[in-house]
Amino acid sequence: MIAHDIHAARARLLSRRWFFGDCGIGLAGIAAGAMAAREASGGIAPPSPLAVKEPHHAPKAKRVVYMFQAGAPSHLELFDPKPELARHDGKLPPADLLKGYRAAFINPNSALLGPKYKFQPYGMAGIEMSELVPHLGGIADEICLVRSMQTDAVNHAPAQILMNTGSQQFGRPSFGSWTLYGLGSEAENLPGFVVLTSAKGTSGGASNYGSGFLPTAFGGIPLRSSGDPVLYLSNPRGIDRDTQRASLDTLNRLNDMAVGRFGDPETAARIQAYEMAYKLQQSAPELMNLADESKETLARYGITDPSQAGYARNCLLARRLLERGVRFVQLFHEAWDQHGGLTKAIKKNCDDTQQASAALVMDLKERGLLEDTIVVWGGEFGRTPMVQGGNDGRDHHNRAFSMWLAGGGIKAGHVHGKTDDFGFNVVEDAVHVHDLNATLLHLLGFDHTRLTYRFQGRDYRLTDVHGHLVKGILA
Amino acid sequence: MRYAKLQVRLQDLFPISSRCRAAAFLHAVAGLLTVACSAAAASPNFQKDIQPILAEHCAHCHGIDEETRQGGLRLDIRQNALEGGDSGIAAIIPGKPAESEMVARIHATDPDVIMPPPYEKKPLSAGQKKLLESWIADGAGYDPHWAFVAPQKAVVPAVAHASSPIDAFVRDHLAEKGIEPAPPADAATLCRRLYLDLIGLPPSPDDFASFERDGYEKTVETLLASPRYGEKWARHWLDLARYSDSNGYEKDLPRDMWAWRDWVINAINRDMPYDHFVIEQIAGDLLPGATQDQIVATAFLRHSMLNEEGAIIPEEFRMVEMFDRIDCVGKAVLGLTTQCAQCHTHKFDPLTHDEYFGLFAFLNDTYEARSPVYSPEQLKQLDDIRAEVATAEAEMRSQRPGWRDEMEAWLAEALGNQPAWTPITMEDMHSSGLLTHPTQRKDGSILMVGHRDRDVLFQSEPDLAGVTGLRLEVLTDGDLFMNGPARDELWTVARLTVQAKKPGDDAWEDLKLVHATADFSEPEQTLPRPGVDPKKNDAKDPKKDGQSPTVSIGPVANMIDDDDHSAWRADRGLLLRHQASVAVVQFERPLDLPAGTRLKIAMRSHAGSGDMIGCCRFSLTKSPTPTALPIDHGAMLAGRKPGGERNAAEQAAIFTAWSKTIPEWSALQDKIAAAWKRAPMAPTTIMHLAARSPAQHRPTYLLDRGTWNQPRHEVRPHVPAGLHPLEAAGDPPRLAFARWLVDPRSPLSARVVVNRIWQMLFGQGLVETPDDFGTRTPVPEYRDLLDWLAVDFMEKGWSQREAIRQIVMSDTYRQSAAVPPEVLARDVNNRLLARGPRFRPDAEVVRDVVLAVSGLLTEKVGGPSVYPPVPQNVLDFNYTKINWPTATGPDRYRRSLYTFRRRSMPDPALANFDAPTGDLSCARRLRSNTPLAALTGLNEPVFVEAARALALRTLAEAGGDDAARVEWAFFLCTLRQPTAGEKRELVAFLQAQRQRLAEGWLDAREIATGDPDTLPRLPAGTTPQDAAAWTLVARVLLNLDETVTKN
Repeated sequence: MIAHDIHAARARLLSRRWFFGDCGIGLAGIAAGAMAAREASGGIAPPSPLAVKEPHHAPKAKRVVYMFQAGAPSHLELFDPKPELARHDGKLPPADLLKGYRAAFINPNSALLGPKYKFQPYGMAGIEMSELVPHLGGIADEICLVRSMQTDAVNHAPAQILMNTGSQQFGRPSFGSWTLYGLGSEAENLPGFVVLTSAKGTSGGASNYGSGFLPTAFGGIPLRSSGDPVLYLSNPRGIDRDTQRASLDTLNRLNDMAVGRFGDPETAARIQAYEMAYKLQQSAPELMNLADESKETLARYGITDPSQAGYARNCLLARRLLERGVRFVQLFHEAWDQHGGLTKAIKKNCDDTQQASAALVMDLKERGLLEDTIVVWGGEFGRTPMVQGGNDGRDHHNRAFSMWLAGGGIKAGHVHGKTDDFGFNVVEDAVHVHDLNATLLHLLGFDHTRLTYRFQGRDYRLTDVHGHLVKGILA
Repeated sequence: MRYAKLQVRLQDLFPISSRCRAAAFLHAVAGLLTVACSAAAASPNFQKDIQPILAEHCAHCHGIDEETRQGGLRLDIRQNALEGGDSGIAAIIPGKPAESEMVARIHATDPDVIMPPPYEKKPLSAGQKKLLESWIADGAGYDPHWAFVAPQKAVVPAVAHASSPIDAFVRDHLAEKGIEPAPPADAATLCRRLYLDLIGLPPSPDDFASFERDGYEKTVETLLASPRYGEKWARHWLDLARYSDSNGYEKDLPRDMWAWRDWVINAINRDMPYDHFVIEQIAGDLLPGATQDQIVATAFLRHSMLNEEGAIIPEEFRMVEMFDRIDCVGKAVLGLTTQCAQCHTHKFDPLTHDEYFGLFAFLNDTYEARSPVYSPEQLKQLDDIRAEVATAEAEMRSQRPGWRDEMEAWLAEALGNQPAWTPITMEDMHSSGLLTHPTQRKDGSILMVGHRDRDVLFQSEPDLAGVTGLRLEVLTDGDLFMNGPARDELWTVARLTVQAKKPGDDAWEDLKLVHATADFSEPEQTLPRPGVDPKKNDAKDPKKDGQSPTVSIGPVANMIDDDDHSAWRADRGLLLRHQASVAVVQFERPLDLPAGTRLKIAMRSHAGSGDMIGCCRFSLTKSPTPTALPIDHGAMLAGRKPGGERNAAEQAAIFTAWSKTIPEWSALQDKIAAAWKRAPMAPTTIMHLAARSPAQHRPTYLLDRGTWNQPRHEVRPHVPAGLHPLEAAGDPPRLAFARWLVDPRSPLSARVVVNRIWQMLFGQGLVETPDDFGTRTPVPEYRDLLDWLAVDFMEKGWSQREAIRQIVMSDTYRQSAAVPPEVLARDVNNRLLARGPRFRPDAEVVRDVVLAVSGLLTEKVGGPSVYPPVPQNVLDFNYTKINWPTATGPDRYRRSLYTFRRRSMPDPALANFDAPTGDLSCARRLRSNTPLAALTGLNEPVFVEAARALALRTLAEAGGDDAARVEWAFFLCTLRQPTAGEKRELVAFLQAQRQRLAEGWLDAREIATGDPDTLPRLPAGTTPQDAAAWTLVARVLLNLDETVTKN
């Protein structure tokens, strides 16, 4: 029996907690246990790859919610007022504007298309935004609107991958994975990097939130809005909770005997993984169940039916995830590719998203979470000031577009950067994707040049060999 | 200091996932020890101690890359280091560290002087500085990087009780370290280990009985001869080749590549020597008398992702494909990472920017071809057909000994009757949906790259004065299916319209076309309109709503009749349709249009985009009443070449065309036609490489920063100077390159293979980074063993089977994997090989084990990929709607090797066990151990179905006693009897669940079948409650650590 107890103790102590690190609740006890384990097992106490880690410098923010607007929203209808473009509606763009320019579909020498919606100043800061986004107007004093974003890619899949992984090549870790790799996770019973999706699948697919060459434990895990929120979460039909518990107890005891048999720490890790799976079977449905949210909260997000999947519900779920210590939540809403039918579709997209996006910011603020959470809103590129098709569409445009940020360390009520009269080129304070990522990492406590991972003989970074800190958007 | 640098080496973090902290700790200790020892006595070893410092801390500015080199100083070459850089100050003076500039610089405190400079953020430790000093004191000897020197067989150490060279190397090293090897594993463990490693399936109880009867060695032979062996080992190569059943990127459309997958299985089962294996995959099509198999082999280089997003520039993404090919060859064959050199000279390894494009050039002069793949029986049929045609043609020739002159005379006359045609140079070309990217070449031909689309528009500003006719040539191209003219199988032209706009005019004016002629048209026939259900549309008026249920196909006049429901087509039959055609139309009257008039030609196919022309050319003539002659256009195109320059196919085309003009041969012509009619339909196709015709040679340019549209200068195919030379043996460049890759003088290729085999068997390679043997890769612990194996591998004819046999026959492989804590602490990752390998096998093996022990596994080799069950919420969340006909019946339980691989939607059941996505070449899978994998094992439908099946199997095979059943089921899963304690646990669980079933807490049918209304197919004398209770036990057993682990 003594032997068995030793094995059991070792199994317990060797085991890793997959979804949260060693610094969560019960820090003291675990630390003492880990010390004991190191002595008991000759120095092998495998930590979780998701154990909480300290960054390079004191961070301004410790978690991120990234609302990715896939398909590329038009900055010209939403965030970047261009009265001059309205005046040039129907005219050809100036020739020098198009020099060396490459559009995706259209002949660049197509007529200019005036903005389809009016702009107005919002908030104390008087930030000009579209009439389509009054709720975002309501948080104007919380956000930093970047009107000078730039990217390299002009096709959806490569541009989404670039935005999310810092490279147009597939196979690189996503921003969320880098964050988890750098900081670990504080979430108990939930993954550290959660993905929420609405509308349809994205052009970039699973690579948008994959772990790339980092270990798979750092990858984003989608919480799905229909069926099992986590794949294979439900027991097979007919197996209830008690039988599931009894099954896992039996399995764990048998596996515990295998620890004694082989002395393989991996077996201990497996016991823990099954335990965490069991906990996830409770925590994920609990997370998805909005019954404990007040009517006011639901109304604020614009949720009329809590069981209705969609962007609004995802925003509320994001808050619930962040509250539970999830490090990185990323929403994907693939709906913004308005080559035609712009007027109607972009209004629908705003109706579907802007209220909940704004609600999330204010909800976080009221709960004291906004001050150390980074909120990011944006897509993979912008749209051309030139028309595509008849008179109601815009093509892909990578030279200038808008995003907005809020939260920990971000300068609130601020507009950063400027484009020309047509919203075509950036004329002031350009922010490249790599600059944005470098800055976000900075807020999380990292020198982006030093958050590296060696793969194939090379130290890889989220920002590759690029990226400059954008001081202008820092509080 | 809490703000630690987050630079973690892979092996520190996740080698075998849970062992990291200890590993890091041990590495740190080892590092300190090295430093301490070197400082005290032994001279630093250049390769082990110095080279890594130079590579890590100095090479960026003082290495191979000219662009980033500072002060003209190189430290990677001794001569340069001794001479110094631009300053002329010697960086190193051998034997005199105190006078060496390097030593002064590394100890400097002034931030402007100290090396490495602070902004590089790569400071040297005190230990490293000491090492450099003592190395200089010892004379600063340089050795080339170990992996760039061809391997040699070291003398096998004389060690008592070592039964093989492998064991001699290992035991010798262990003795040095004072470590005892582990005892041999027991028979059951060994048997299961062998089965999982060699065929990827667990042994059945019968297999184990044979093992006990026949012994270890004979079992090894049996397994290596099993067709299952090829399936298991093919999967590793599929990872490297980034095999997928879909194209990737946004659209991620399905592709047919499984014929190549089967080629790999077959090659491995036949133990094709590895050098041939590589040569055929890089250049099989260029081998003399290349077979269909050898062409299929070249699909290896076509597994790159294919971007079919609407708005792409195709050449940009063709370049991405090319980069991916180089990356794949680098990782899979050379064991070198090449990506760095795509944009600039490699910082560490001997691969300059120019040399990268030298490699690129070997592969760049190719078509992206697609061809049918016939079954062996069909190939025989095709041979018969060709023989029949050849016999008939031989007969013709023998009837007319002067045929050659007659033919040439006929040809000259036919060519003489052609009007003079001027190809139109297009100024703007696009498709209606902007999806196709028509690209005009020098000869005026236009290739439809990009997506398919229904309408293509061509604008130009040609000389139109007096123009009488327009010619449309439908041309073949190597980038198109079967080197034919269609984007897919067939092409049609439903409508050809021409408009003109005079200078100053705003509107386009229609130019009426009359009198269409063609070299060939099919007879008129009425076919159902593709995509339309004829029954539903019966009543509708075709003219009114454009929804005619039928189309009229055939005569060339159909394309100018203003009716989209009739089209020109020239299908000459299944195999003969892939040839050129020509049509000529006349303008109603000769054009009288001023200079500067724009011409717009619009061409439409009839069936949406499904039958688009892939390559064409438009020309104009001023000859009166131009027509097309009824002579196959391919023959006319060939005939324009002087006789001496025509290849055999061109000569044959001319002969065929001419022979049709000889009335006496009509009976023989009928014979030929009848033979062609018997042509079989291939079951699948393959994407592969094909050599470009010399006329379409594609030069390679060095691309500035690897940017596709920034060519600098032309680069000829050449290999890196730092590796073995390429012997010019008169082979085409790509074939020469293929041979060079596996040249016995290669320092890398053989090492890379044997290391990979080792990795598959032991869980990690002798070199931990199987795809990177470059200068940053330290000398491996067992370098002598690696080199011995590499040389032996080549000596034994590059036989992978032999190498595998050799390793599994060793005592080292056969050791027990059980590890006492103190040994574990000393060698967490088993780098020393003092115990046997224990790890969770690859995703496919895990799933196959579960299928096999439950008795569900369908053993069928090869064929189209099957669709595994994937949760609906995964299927629903794709960018495009996808067709996913989930396999039912036996196909559902095929080996996991055969499940459909969709890149943007990896099968979660396999992904949760770390199967790669196929986006990039993958030489090593990381192994995780997560709750998601646990949920998969517990709840994924196939795993659940396996638990139900294992329950019924147990009930059927193990008699009526619960204890006996527990023993049997446990034995099926682990190949051993449960201990008393294990048995107690399982029986207690079983009885508790029986109780719950009996009390009605659980529904027996629902558990046993998934449906409360379905009865399980119960073995005689058993109840649904038995089936349910045993399903629960089986679910536990299938998830046992021992079941999903190679022990």
